[in-house]
Amino acid sequence: MSRKPRNWERAVSILLLAPSILALAIFVYAFIGWTGYVSLTRWEGAAPDFTFAGLHSYQRLFLGQGTDAIRFHIDLRNMVGFTLFFLIACLSIGFVLAVLVDQRVRAESFFRSVFLFPMAVSFIVTGVAWRWILTPGDPAIGAVGINLLLEKIGLDSLKSLWFTDPTVKFITPDSPVGQILNQIGLGFLASSDVGYAMALTALVIAATWQLSGYTMALYLAGLRSIPDELREAARMDGANELQVYRHIVIPLLQPITLSAVIILGHISLKIYDLVVSMTGSGPGFATDVPALNMWRTTFDATLFAQGAAIAVILLFLVAVLIIPYLAYNTRAEAQR
Amino acid sequence: MTTAVAARRAPLRWRRILLYAVLVMAAGLYLVPVYVLLITGFKSQQEALNIFTMWTPPNVIGFHSFQVAWFGAPDSVGLEQGFWNSVQMVIPATLISSMIGSVNGYILSKWKFRGANLLFPLILFGMFIPYQSILIPLVQTYQLLERYTGIALYSTIAGLVVAHTIYGIPITTLIFRNYYAAIPNEMVEASRIDGANFFSIYRYILFPLSVPGFVVVMIWQFTSIWNDFLFGITLANTPKVYPITLSLNNIAGSFHVPWNIQMAAALLTAVPPLLVYIFLGRYFMRGLMAGSLKG
Repeated sequence: MSRKPRNWERAVSILLLAPSILALAIFVYAFIGWTGYVSLTRWEGAAPDFTFAGLHSYQRLFLGQGTDAIRFHIDLRNMVGFTLFFLIACLSIGFVLAVLVDQRVRAESFFRSVFLFPMAVSFIVTGVAWRWILTPGDPAIGAVGINLLLEKIGLDSLKSLWFTDPTVKFITPDSPVGQILNQIGLGFLASSDVGYAMALTALVIAATWQLSGYTMALYLAGLRSIPDELREAARMDGANELQVYRHIVIPLLQPITLSAVIILGHISLKIYDLVVSMTGSGPGFATDVPALNMWRTTFDATLFAQGAAIAVILLFLVAVLIIPYLAYNTRAEAQR
Repeated sequence: MTTAVAARRAPLRWRRILLYAVLVMAAGLYLVPVYVLLITGFKSQQEALNIFTMWTPPNVIGFHSFQVAWFGAPDSVGLEQGFWNSVQMVIPATLISSMIGSVNGYILSKWKFRGANLLFPLILFGMFIPYQSILIPLVQTYQLLERYTGIALYSTIAGLVVAHTIYGIPITTLIFRNYYAAIPNEMVEASRIDGANFFSIYRYILFPLSVPGFVVVMIWQFTSIWNDFLFGITLANTPKVYPITLSLNNIAGSFHVPWNIQMAAALLTAVPPLLVYIFLGRYFMRGLMAGSLKG
């Protein structure tokens, strides 16, 4: 600024920013610390009990033998399974839609709006709608929802129990793949602890419906920022369309893919509303996730210390994803 | 020559047809839930009871489901109360958090002080955290505040407004900071030479240019607060203060409420953010993009 800020202006600017900083310092950072402390106490029951218990809650979750440990392990398994398939679905569908919409199509804004509108809707609405669509029905009354449609078009084999499916798919230790894993010392991967609960697919479908349009929007913005000359030059050099995408477009979109993975990934780690409204914990905790477990453990079962421990673990996982991203963005901006 | 061109064009035309076919099909798939919500919601009670016709449009269009979803029935609570609670929550929370974000954004973009670049990511971190990690202290703070000062925030609309406002600060600050950063510093400098100060620069230069920024931020805040469920279920423990998403979840979660009522309720809950999306979609997009930090 050509004329230097006067002292009172400096003071006023800091004074005006202070309430926000103070609010966030308390409501974000102090509260996180507080939760961390609660996780180290013995607090069980409605009345607070701040007796220090060390890592007791974490020990119980990770190494315990009780149902709460079993449930927590299932949660982690579900979180990984859900995140994996949700990311793959969102990124691939989002990318394909972006490429299609980018072909100078007529009514482009119509298509964009249709793919993106689910983003404006509450996860609760999504959950209620998709629970109805994916209600499986049963042999006694007959198929309902998607299953009914599949039956009508003769694709009975695709019928599924959706969110009521209690099966967990995993690599059995005596299968060929399991044996190989065993030999290379990765035998722990061949167990039901590292499986995929089929019921999660229903959640993946609903969440992908809601967020693949957003992924499309991200990719579309990326595609539009690639200069046409670059693709034109590649075509001149004899590259076909597929090669142009394979060697020019996709590599240039890598930063977008990274952003999308981080944004979608942290949403999927935190997923809560959708699970509550669509499936709840599911059969045998088949659709239970840490965020839901935390809430129920804390506010329904009033096991505050243990709920806080789950919250801290969840925060840690999100932070591992977000902090490098924030650091990278800040540095990139400073260099601009 | 002409035949050669035609030969080259023919596969191109097929490709266009295929392209549109895929796009139309995809759009159709995305609209399936809307179709289901609409046809189920407009069915009569009797027609809706036959779940094997769930994909067929209603024979007679009726508003019975919406009526029950809104006003409730003898054995179920409607959305009405939740709707007005949400309105009372979302308006002040949106306005206040947008205002705060605007001032913060102004300071962080045009009055950078030492350490501002370090402070900013610390502010932003607040929008990514899983709120589970602050819920216990939040509830405790609200309860303690009430016990010692009489300020009632726990299970009140005011408490929801406070939570949404504070946890909205990171995103509103981010969007405004990036918005103001795009306004050239030369403009600010020129007015400085004319004697403008901290307040008059904001009042006469930045604020008048802020309308699109406010639209983006307010749409973002409106939709995310309207759609929120976690703060509602944690901070509101009586139907008197339930936001609409909680009312909907309760309607859908009780087994004796028929599907047509559930679908009508879901549709009604989705209407306000959808209206905003339909009429101000362009600004909604910009908020979305800002959410991924690319301003």
